Amino acid sequence: MIYLDNSATTRPYEGVLDTFTRTAERFYANSSSIHALGGEAERLLESSRERVLSWLGVKEGSVIFTSGGTESNNLAVKGTALMHMSRGKHLVTTRVEHPSILETFQSLESFGFDVTYLEVDAYGRVAPEDVQKAVREDTILVSVMSVNNEMGTVQPIEEIAAFLSDWPKVYFHVDHVQGFGKVDLPFHEAAVDMCSLSGHKIHGIKGTGALYKKDHVRLFPLQHGGGQEGGERAGTENLPGIVAFTKAMRLIKEEQQEKARELQRLRNYAYEELEKMDGTVVNSPERGAPHILNFSLPGYKPETVIHSLGERGIYISTKSACSSKEPDKSSVLDACGVSGEAASSALRVSLSYSTTETEVRQFITALSEVKASLIKTMEV
Amino acid sequence: MEFDHILIRFGEMALKGKNRKHFERQLLENVQFRLGEFRRVKVKKTRGRMYVLLNGEDAEEVMKACQQVFGIYSLSFAIHTENELEKLKEAVLSAVQAEHGARTFKISAKRADKSFPLTSDDLNPALGGHILKNTEGLSVDVHHPDVELKVEIRHEGAYVTSKDYPGAGGFPVGTTGKAMIMLSGGIDSPVAGYLTMKRGVEIEAVHFHSPPYTNERAKQKVLDIAQELSRYGKRIKVHIVPFTAIQQKIHKDIPDSYGMTITRRMMLKITEKIARQQGALAITTGESLGQVASQTMESMNTINEVTDYPVIRPLVTMDKLEIINIAEKIDTYDISIRPYEDCCTIFVPKEPKTKPNREKTVAIEQSVDFSGYIEEAVGNIETIHINGKSEGRKQESFADLF
Repeated sequence: MIYLDNSATTRPYEGVLDTFTRTAERFYANSSSIHALGGEAERLLESSRERVLSWLGVKEGSVIFTSGGTESNNLAVKGTALMHMSRGKHLVTTRVEHPSILETFQSLESFGFDVTYLEVDAYGRVAPEDVQKAVREDTILVSVMSVNNEMGTVQPIEEIAAFLSDWPKVYFHVDHVQGFGKVDLPFHEAAVDMCSLSGHKIHGIKGTGALYKKDHVRLFPLQHGGGQEGGERAGTENLPGIVAFTKAMRLIKEEQQEKARELQRLRNYAYEELEKMDGTVVNSPERGAPHILNFSLPGYKPETVIHSLGERGIYISTKSACSSKEPDKSSVLDACGVSGEAASSALRVSLSYSTTETEVRQFITALSEVKASLIKTMEV
Repeated sequence: MEFDHILIRFGEMALKGKNRKHFERQLLENVQFRLGEFRRVKVKKTRGRMYVLLNGEDAEEVMKACQQVFGIYSLSFAIHTENELEKLKEAVLSAVQAEHGARTFKISAKRADKSFPLTSDDLNPALGGHILKNTEGLSVDVHHPDVELKVEIRHEGAYVTSKDYPGAGGFPVGTTGKAMIMLSGGIDSPVAGYLTMKRGVEIEAVHFHSPPYTNERAKQKVLDIAQELSRYGKRIKVHIVPFTAIQQKIHKDIPDSYGMTITRRMMLKITEKIARQQGALAITTGESLGQVASQTMESMNTINEVTDYPVIRPLVTMDKLEIINIAEKIDTYDISIRPYEDCCTIFVPKEPKTKPNREKTVAIEQSVDFSGYIEEAVGNIETIHINGKSEGRKQESFADLF
């Protein structure tokens, strides 16, 4: 089996599963209970929090553990909007964000919020100047992802942050779900106020994640209840998941240290091979995140290609898994100005640090075989 | 070239004769201990100063850590180079370029190694000229320069330093003896401990624990505070005294209004016993005059009567806000405000005597025999070693999970 759908989700590290079960067995007490077992669970929870900060490379700020990237994004966006609407109702984001951002912003429009969706270039990159032009006196939030989940485009977070540092009242949120462990964010210096993370994208466990926020950030909670997570996210903490998530952060950081160049090399190799192949169009930027490649096979239905590759034990995806069920073309590619045919035949390959060169080679060979054996079913 | 060393100065402190060696050895040990988390760092001592070799560790972080070590007067980033003019030129240029925003500079060369061919008077213009030639907008100002570049030619090579960073001052912890600090978990006592350590005193802590009236989290608070304090010295022993029986006895047999005063006397008595056992020659408390009922002049006079050990009270003249400022600086404030009851807040009488009479207190106390209770408390002390590493004891039991 060759698994090349790591941007959809990843296989958990063995050590992460081990930590999950051991924590679930040993530290099952509720960390809010006042007895000694509760105290122990509480210390483990706080210890996880400290470690998450250190793996992010920050000294200050806090961590709200959530159920994953979607919740973190929702909390950042709605939490800011509801908390600070009296100060302004203008929000800024881009046209290429993950659905958990786009849909959230769209839902806020029905409550009278004014949202600016920034245009992007042919590779999905937003221009920092455009952020500058969009921000106004009543802006309360700017949200830009670090790495695009469909294209692998790396956004100019530092430049945007530098500009926004002159706007201390505007929160800057970064959806870092695809970026952590692959593309570093300069947190300690850049004015990033919030950052979303997901466990299952970094070989952690599904249903885990976090929202990092600076100390001055105040959010309206989406879940009210027992006051957990500083009152900003009530509900008994998923301690085994949290500890497992923290461990996954460490492990992927270690892999990044060791294997970042190798991953980059594999991606470059795949990029060149796909460029060379007859009839393929590579949509990803040449200099993008080291693990995501988006390309189109105009004339071929993506679903057919995926199933044919699947028969050979190779797993890739169309657009992002989160929106694969809609037959329409990718809105991200649409935003990039990719023409109708290429936009509706797009495929995504996403690597992990355990992907090998042999696997990439096999994928390339299989793809050209599949292409030769299939009949074009769509008009070019 | 980059700053690859940190220069530590302590020679300016008054050091006399034999003490000097002891002082230097202890400081070296403390610096090494504090920098333990930076694996690649090496510390070396030469006469009158110390150098930290960064070996690629984060210079700013190491500097911050060094600034927490008592006994250091000032510090500078330094470039180490060979005693060659061309290398020196390169080094001063790098050093001045690292000082963003500086407009004027001055070179102060010193030649400890007289075999170096150029004298200081030759070196200053040669090095200064090199900077002027290779930069824009910088000029020389020998009286009030923005940056003074110090160049020292020594046998083992030359050191180029620029800005001075203040050290924590005081004396190296462990050079002036040992004191027993009474740690309640509140805001004041950690600050008292910190200030005592500043004068070179090694501390051990005593905490009175009254389960089930006080809980494990209250005890953990104290251990976490000791963990923070240990960053300024080294290992700290925390003696946890089981205090429930004594508090219950006082509550039962002593008139309500004297309960607080006598409780404090018991604590001080027990602390003195532990100090004696552990070889500490003084007791430190976080008392600040007039703050609460136990800290009036009359209370202090009555409570202090039980010991003839010196009681060091670094906070006695300080206002609450001054104390809080220090607590925030040393990262104990957030721990101290965790809302768990300690032994001083339980069994609080409705109207404690704020002006207890010394003779009357002694008489009341003598009417009850506490000796067995005290012996039992001292006999059942639990001693916990806090090791001072940033990966603290509190995380040890889970470390294998992460």
